[in-house]
Amino acid sequence: MGLAKRIIPCLDVTAGRVVKGTNFIDLRDAGDPVEIARRYDEQGADEVTFLDITASSDQRDIILHIVEACAAQVFIPLTVGGGVRSVTDVRRLLNAGADKVSMNTAAVENPDLVAEASAKVGNQCIVVAIDAKQVAADRWQVFTHGGRRPTGLDAIDWARRVQQLGAGEILLTSMDRDGTRNGFDLPLTRAVADAVGIPVIASGGVGNLRHLAEGVSEGHADAVLAASIFHFSEHTVREAKEYMRGCGIEVRL
Amino acid sequence: MAPAAAAPGAVVVVDYGMGNLRSVWQALVRVAADRQVLVSADPEVVVGAERVVFPGQGAMPDCMREIELRGLRSAVLEAATTKPFLGICIGQQMLFEHSEEGDVAGLGLLRGTVRRFPAERMFDAAGKRLKVPHMGWNEVRHKRAHPLWKGIADDARFYFVHSYFVDPVDSACVVGTTDYGLPFTSAVARDNIFAIQCHPEKSAVTGLTLLGNFVAWKP
Repeated sequence: MGLAKRIIPCLDVTAGRVVKGTNFIDLRDAGDPVEIARRYDEQGADEVTFLDITASSDQRDIILHIVEACAAQVFIPLTVGGGVRSVTDVRRLLNAGADKVSMNTAAVENPDLVAEASAKVGNQCIVVAIDAKQVAADRWQVFTHGGRRPTGLDAIDWARRVQQLGAGEILLTSMDRDGTRNGFDLPLTRAVADAVGIPVIASGGVGNLRHLAEGVSEGHADAVLAASIFHFSEHTVREAKEYMRGCGIEVRL
Repeated sequence: MAPAAAAPGAVVVVDYGMGNLRSVWQALVRVAADRQVLVSADPEVVVGAERVVFPGQGAMPDCMREIELRGLRSAVLEAATTKPFLGICIGQQMLFEHSEEGDVAGLGLLRGTVRRFPAERMFDAAGKRLKVPHMGWNEVRHKRAHPLWKGIADDARFYFVHSYFVDPVDSACVVGTTDYGLPFTSAVARDNIFAIQCHPEKSAVTGLTLLGNFVAWKP
């Protein structure tokens, strides 16, 4: 036995509430982030991620008070992303109680930020989120600004680059699958997970428990992230772990 | 969390400016409800504590430098030789003599070296490459009984995030081991010192149990 594959419920947050959209549009309200995080902790979630999904486009301030309240009640790792643009933003989130900070648009616009932040706070605290869309067979391009802006960067090249810059982990989201409930983009996940030596979290498209298991077994992901299947109580995290264990995947139960 | 004098029974978390201690503080407050829990960079507060938690994150050379710059070395050494003392992550690594990370000397309270996970060993049983940092929930096997293991199952999972691990000279100090490519020492203890590589403050109920055991520990 060894390291367990992680299940990470993701809470997309805007205006202090958890929402989950379809392809990042049409948001549905699913409740209070701290309450939900605590529920996931009780169910055996391995980590929780907050993504302030409107922050990057609306320049909205980051959700420090929610992070503080969560850190006081939830004793599992907490990753926070969305609108992180500077080392100061990273520090404020860590000081509020986040364990890891995820950056996306800012990392693309200013790759030195990844290097600077990881040098200052340690690469274990720095997650680079990559939003990728398929552009050809086995080719995916990086998008920013909530999936609206193409960057011209190849997702696999960018993943290798952020590892060199000092990222400690990659949160990889398929823009094609996000919100569809059709499962992860497994070729994308596998291509990135096999290309880097840092952990990769698969994201985007989970609609059932089999999808979670496939992210690990076929996508080679180190962790799997999902939102809606947990928020609307279709499945508990525990059920997801029991299913994955049944597939021969090592989990914390 | 503001600096203050340590009250009787106080648990003091040593703050040397290397990152977020809020999680450690919050978790201790949760398990030590009747006690004062302080985060302090003041050597006198550390020396005045009943028990001391020595956390750490980032790179060990930076941590050692900050401890020196803030004049905390002697207070940490005194605490580690006289009080219930809990090292966490880099706070465990710094108790040893030397680290491969930045080729830096540690505090030398325990004999041994801090080593990086060797690339040539980073494969699982199926031959798949293991990633570094070792990040996530892994099992801690009890190598011997210890009061801090009370209520914690052998092989219970804790949350780890690290690229280096301790390699003690004296195997008698090893109280926990973990497998990641190779078996490595994940917890050590001697006299009033207990130190662990993983993060009990982020290890859900299991971690809170260990912290509660530390707060109650009478070595």
